[in-house]
Amino acid sequence: MKRKTFLLFVGPSVFMMVLFIAAPLLSVLWQSFHVTQPVYERVEVETCTPGLLGSVCETSLKTRPILDESGKILTETAFVGFQSYRNVLEPEKLRAALKAGSWHEIMNIRFWSALRFTLVFTVLTLPLVLGTGFLIALAVNNTLQRIKGPVIFVSLLPFIITPVIGALSIRWLFIGDGILTAGLEWWLQKDIAMFAQAWTIELMIYIYRVWHVAPFAFVVFYAGLQTVNKDAVEAAIIDGATRWQRLRYVIVPHLMPLVIFLTLIHLMDAYRVFEEIVGFSASAHVISLQWLTYEFLLQDGTGARAISRASASAILTMIGIAVLLGPPLRRVWREQGRGGTLV
Amino acid sequence: MSNPALRQPVGLKILSNGFLGFWCFVAAFPILWIGFMSFKTPFDAFDSNPFRVILGPHTRETIGGLSFADIVIGVAVAWFLVRQAIRWLPGKVEEHSPSGNATLGWLIGGSVYALGTLLIFVVALPAALSVINPVIGPLGANIVGLTTEHYEAVWIDRGFTRNFANSMIVTTGVVTVSLTVGTLAGYGLARSDSLIAFWLLVAALVFRALPHSVLVSGYLPYFITSAEWLAPVFGKAAPTLYGKPWAIIAVLVAINQPFTIWMLRSFFLNIPRELDEAARVDGCSHLGAFRRVIVPVMWPGVITTGLFSFLLAYNDFLVTSLLLDAQNMTMVPAIANMFNRETTASDEVQAIAAAVSITAPLFFLVLVFQRQIVAGLTAGAVKG
Repeated sequence: MKRKTFLLFVGPSVFMMVLFIAAPLLSVLWQSFHVTQPVYERVEVETCTPGLLGSVCETSLKTRPILDESGKILTETAFVGFQSYRNVLEPEKLRAALKAGSWHEIMNIRFWSALRFTLVFTVLTLPLVLGTGFLIALAVNNTLQRIKGPVIFVSLLPFIITPVIGALSIRWLFIGDGILTAGLEWWLQKDIAMFAQAWTIELMIYIYRVWHVAPFAFVVFYAGLQTVNKDAVEAAIIDGATRWQRLRYVIVPHLMPLVIFLTLIHLMDAYRVFEEIVGFSASAHVISLQWLTYEFLLQDGTGARAISRASASAILTMIGIAVLLGPPLRRVWREQGRGGTLV
Repeated sequence: MSNPALRQPVGLKILSNGFLGFWCFVAAFPILWIGFMSFKTPFDAFDSNPFRVILGPHTRETIGGLSFADIVIGVAVAWFLVRQAIRWLPGKVEEHSPSGNATLGWLIGGSVYALGTLLIFVVALPAALSVINPVIGPLGANIVGLTTEHYEAVWIDRGFTRNFANSMIVTTGVVTVSLTVGTLAGYGLARSDSLIAFWLLVAALVFRALPHSVLVSGYLPYFITSAEWLAPVFGKAAPTLYGKPWAIIAVLVAINQPFTIWMLRSFFLNIPRELDEAARVDGCSHLGAFRRVIVPVMWPGVITTGLFSFLLAYNDFLVTSLLLDAQNMTMVPAIANMFNRETTASDEVQAIAAAVSITAPLFFLVLVFQRQIVAGLTAGAVKG
């Protein structure tokens, strides 16, 4: 295909990605170093109250935003260097907390507690999702041909459901004396409140994510199992390999590329954890990096949005995902070589 | 399993199928359960005894419910309708659709059938059963409590219909634009070996990893002030992008592009190059070859990709909640506002009814398109 025709075909798509992905990225970078604020002026105001001997007057200094001729609040944009990053990272508080050696103090700083949760969440759910998906794939592969279709249908439901709604549906099982909380209380014979402390909420978020994404790992592994070389399995049987050895030395190596694929996708998606915080109303106890940015973007009491701080937090989030994805991507890069094999 | 050496011991079979049964239960339970809860009074919905949630005695006494005859006849009619949809409907659609335009035929046929089903269940069946129930004695007495009041409250009083319409506008827009733009790019990428194509794919992969909040922080200030900075171009008619559904459509299409072009490219790679090369030899331009030869055979891949575009737009919370105003809110952010404000138990059951309403279309989507969804999930993976 000639270069010109090629550009014609990809043109609209590239245009959209440049306008709505690349350009916003640059603007976020710019915003993170600048703050836009209303311009204030200090004016002397004289207020007089009638008193016994004539009126008593007081002058006081007041600040008020300057309005332009159309009555809008005048704003100015100033370069602030790394101030917004400092506002997000709160290095002084962090230093004090480190000096005191108090983990609890560090977790009181929103950014660091968001980072802690996001990383633990990403790393902890990865093996759980891969393991659960693999077990389901093996079990489905083993079962009767006739029930495979319905089983795949049911398995897809948690994956296809709207994330916020999925989280909500789990929340309603536990909230107050929800059916599962009631079950747990009956089983453990003690009072349980799942939404009263951070760790139970976090636990529910982990459980929800595994429930939500395991079907994806299952479908991918199941497709991989269909392409296992039958001859290799039979050869292993002839060599006297036990069932476990066949799984360990024939099937798992065959699925290894899929494990890497799923790991990459999972790292990308789990790092973006956000909807769970909404669904479980967890923001008072547990927050993620995306939630932190979201919170800055919401209007505060005065209707203002902390755009600069949101941008700084967004840039920090991006640095995080780059660090996280670097090693596995480099590995894929080395293994695949350059160019043609990228399919 | 003809090979006797591959035959499994009974214990392993039981273990494996037991695990599978357990998984299916876990997968379906939360969704089924909110389904049950949404039809009960708050008193029953939040009962700690599971049987009371399912049977709803309080709902039955205070509002009403279903009798044994209702359930049996209802299930029988539903079963019959599903069978007809599978066996009878495809033939009818093929017979009546204008030649070569099966999609339109399916669209019309499907909607007529869905409407008919709805009428049968909402109007015809209740009317018929209200005559039958009193005559058949104990079989006609209510045994399961059921109320649709929460659904009525959500859809009629709380204006969920408007949110539904907004969701439909956004998803339709995203799917159409995303597929049009993505199909062209995917085809171009699949047929080019140039270095630009390679780097474009790498860039798309990097964009795929970006958290959406990063992008939204980039849009928000410009969307709010767009009337000012667009004024030199559009004059007085410069629009405020904030809150406009079509602005959201553009944003979601762009966010979805990296994924879309990767997936469509992998589908186009499966269509042999010889096909369009033959057309080119016969004198077609690239675009002509694409239109005459590729378009007729690309639909399976396009439908699969379209499903995932639909899911992205339908399920989105972050972008829509930040960039749409209350007037144009889609269903998912609307329900989040609903449960945040909830004060009474009845409000909470209404939120549950709204959640079930959002989930129901997805349920039917999987029912109809299961094969395509599985194909889409594995498309990127199995080939590397």
